[in-house]
Amino acid sequence: MSEFQLDINGKLVKVEAPAEEPLLSVLRNRLDLTGSKYGCGEGQCGACTVLLDGRPTRSCLTPISAAAGARIVTIEGLAVGGKLSAVQQAFLEEGALQCGYCTSGMIVAATALLRNNPRPSNDQIAEAMNGNICRCGTYLRILEAIKRASHRSVLGGSQ
Amino acid sequence: MNRDDLATIFLDRESQHLPPDKRTATPHLNRRAFLARLGAGLLVVLARTPTWAQESGRTSGRNDLPKEIGAWLHIAEDGKVKVFTGKVEVGQNIRTSLAQLVAEELRVPFDSITMVMGDTDLVPWDMGTFGSRTTPTMGPQLRNMAATARQVLLKMAAQRWNVDVATLSATEGRITNPATSLSFAYGDLTRGERFAGTAPDDPALTPVEGWKIAGTPVAKAEGRDFVTGRHKYPSDISRPGMMFGAVLRPDGFNATLASIDTTSAERLPGVTVVRDGDFIGVVAPDAFTSQRALSAIQAKWSLPDQPSNDGIFEYLKSHPDRNEGSPPHVSGSISEAWDQADLKLEARYTVEYIAHSPLEPRAAVAEWNNGKLTVWTGTQRPFGVRDELMQAFRLSETQVRVIHPDMGSGYGGKHTGEAAIEAARLSKAAGKPVKVVWSRTEEFTWAYFRPAGLIEIKAAARHDGSLIAWEFHNYNSGPAAIGTPYVVPNQLIQFHPSKSPLRQGSYRGLASTANHFARESHIDAMAHAASIDPLEFRLKNISDPRLRAVLQGSAEKFGWGKAKSGPERGFGIACGVDKGGYVATCAEVEVEPKTRKVRIRRVTQAWESGAVVNPDGLRNQLTGAIVQGIGGALFERVLFSGGRIANSHFAQYRVPRFSDTPAIEIVLLDRRDLPSAGAGETGLVGLAPAVGNAIFAASGVRIRSMPMAPATPLNHETGPVFRS
Repeated sequence: MSEFQLDINGKLVKVEAPAEEPLLSVLRNRLDLTGSKYGCGEGQCGACTVLLDGRPTRSCLTPISAAAGARIVTIEGLAVGGKLSAVQQAFLEEGALQCGYCTSGMIVAATALLRNNPRPSNDQIAEAMNGNICRCGTYLRILEAIKRASHRSVLGGSQ
Repeated sequence: MNRDDLATIFLDRESQHLPPDKRTATPHLNRRAFLARLGAGLLVVLARTPTWAQESGRTSGRNDLPKEIGAWLHIAEDGKVKVFTGKVEVGQNIRTSLAQLVAEELRVPFDSITMVMGDTDLVPWDMGTFGSRTTPTMGPQLRNMAATARQVLLKMAAQRWNVDVATLSATEGRITNPATSLSFAYGDLTRGERFAGTAPDDPALTPVEGWKIAGTPVAKAEGRDFVTGRHKYPSDISRPGMMFGAVLRPDGFNATLASIDTTSAERLPGVTVVRDGDFIGVVAPDAFTSQRALSAIQAKWSLPDQPSNDGIFEYLKSHPDRNEGSPPHVSGSISEAWDQADLKLEARYTVEYIAHSPLEPRAAVAEWNNGKLTVWTGTQRPFGVRDELMQAFRLSETQVRVIHPDMGSGYGGKHTGEAAIEAARLSKAAGKPVKVVWSRTEEFTWAYFRPAGLIEIKAAARHDGSLIAWEFHNYNSGPAAIGTPYVVPNQLIQFHPSKSPLRQGSYRGLASTANHFARESHIDAMAHAASIDPLEFRLKNISDPRLRAVLQGSAEKFGWGKAKSGPERGFGIACGVDKGGYVATCAEVEVEPKTRKVRIRRVTQAWESGAVVNPDGLRNQLTGAIVQGIGGALFERVLFSGGRIANSHFAQYRVPRFSDTPAIEIVLLDRRDLPSAGAGETGLVGLAPAVGNAIFAASGVRIRSMPMAPATPLNHETGPVFRS
């Protein structure tokens, strides 16, 4: 066990964990930040996606030692002062979820996509999001939600 | 219901003082608490029993739904409504649609309702959430309760004002007297006390034409919690002092333990190894250590020889399960019709085992407290899991509570309580709450599968395309929707159960998918053999107006017949009916002639299941069913041999992704004159045959096996293999 200082959602948090423990496990099991989900533990489903210094990252494959020092943003850190981010709001408005288990990872991945490419085409969205699985099959609504958030942010809103 | 149907309203303030296990659903009728007498027929009792202590589900016969209103709904002093049901929300949106139905009948705002679902201590007994049964059974049940409760509230207000109840109106959570403009909020009338009377079987319900909340696209209840990560799924539950458990899995199916050494696992800090026969589990202070401990165990297993994908369909046919099954459906004579037929076609169809792979694997947190076991777990059958726990630990109903937080879905794959039992076992041994979350590989291996199956069909028709014989044998896949919706005078239809080498169970739609794939592919082949357009051929042989309506609705929206299929682009159509849902699906596929790579470009699906309760939720379900159907249609299959699963990872077991998703149009036929049927399953069944028929239209190759375009062919697969 080692002690790590993590910068999570703008707060510095101290946590003790083995250096090789995945960030996902630390978030969920040591810090009770359960918004990031376990879906496969192998980087194949995207349910665990968080932002590390703005980059969409599979927290299930990221050892805590590699996350220390980076700015970590999880689904819990996207709404500011109770106001949903443009992507969260768009997911709600489009009804872009069924069971919702993939939703955190989808929203975080879409947030990163729109920061890099504020006006993605349908193909660019599908390419960027193809690592995120929705077993309920809500992809078309998720795509619409991302486009809705894109239009809104291009018009001046926040992401 | 008129006023004479109501009987007596009692207030019972006594039962709140009893410990929960002494409270009953039939409250003590306290004379001093006598409130009013309102006629004969219906006993209505209000009792100040806290809602968490409701026991009504237990006191009715276990297969009967309780008739006491208080078992189903409660109105607090502040007007907030709680509705109790054993159904569970797994993404199909019934938390929303059931609340809409209650809001409609009770005349309260949608937002005032909280659905309490799948908590065995709080809700009436329920068989489970499957078979598209929630909307057609729980819907009317809750409507009855809410409509009766509204009548009770009207009568209470009439008593208070001493006026004729017929002059009062119920709206927006208030009873109003138009003559005086006075009103009571519902909460002022109930004062938080419990409805404990009974409802008649058929109270007057709000006609569908008058629906204001039901029938509208209300957004998902508690949606905000899902986009912020706040919602707690079963695998997110945490308890004070909770430990993390994991279970050692055998090397393969039917393995027996040959030797085991747990010493290095036990040396890890805080780790306990629990052993009970062949059950070996670990408990650790954190999840990471529990996995480490598991991998530190040295176990040797001996594994018997077992079947593999190669030859599986012959295996299923030659290994009947004679304890199951039922006699065939027979009408007319197949052999006589066969002899007289102009067109004859025999073929066999196959479907492979597939995995549900819900994104949230099985998970449970178990906690023992003074002999009472509480388990939070993801399951479609909370009461079924309670039974499993009662049996496993020899406990009574009151000693086990199963709580179902809305889970990361199931698709028919979470009927059972494996993780619940494992967590409870480890928790009992550790003396602390324990969480068990299955890994993806465990979920792919130790859950159960959708059955593989073999279907053999013999069909015959006249030159003009009228069907005269239909013989259909399904081996192992299942009997759901095995009957033909086509008008055929001579039929022989039979399901033949087999001894499956893999553990199998229900899957969204059950065998309806396999039976529709086979039937609709075969019908398409018959249409081509008769040189009749596949849509026309179907309409010629189908008399059911509802099925004809979805066929025509789908074809019209799709533009059926406007473009001709060619070598690179094909159009296919399929239809079916099951569980009260009517579906017709048109698909456009692209085939690269050289590589035989298949891509679905466009799907149009028409759907009718009676009156639509929530069109937005329904469209979401249907679109999702189509996308999920793409997996089984084109590429999903479980690869197995020697008792092991060879593709137990998402990297090897391909599921539909963004890039697989075609353009999808849904045509909803809202039949407000018909009762609402469930829509969670049958929307899945049209996709595979429509796609197969489109591939045939493009390539002239009839694919009779699902998946139709697997990622890699198996040894025994020869001939024209398509790829996706």
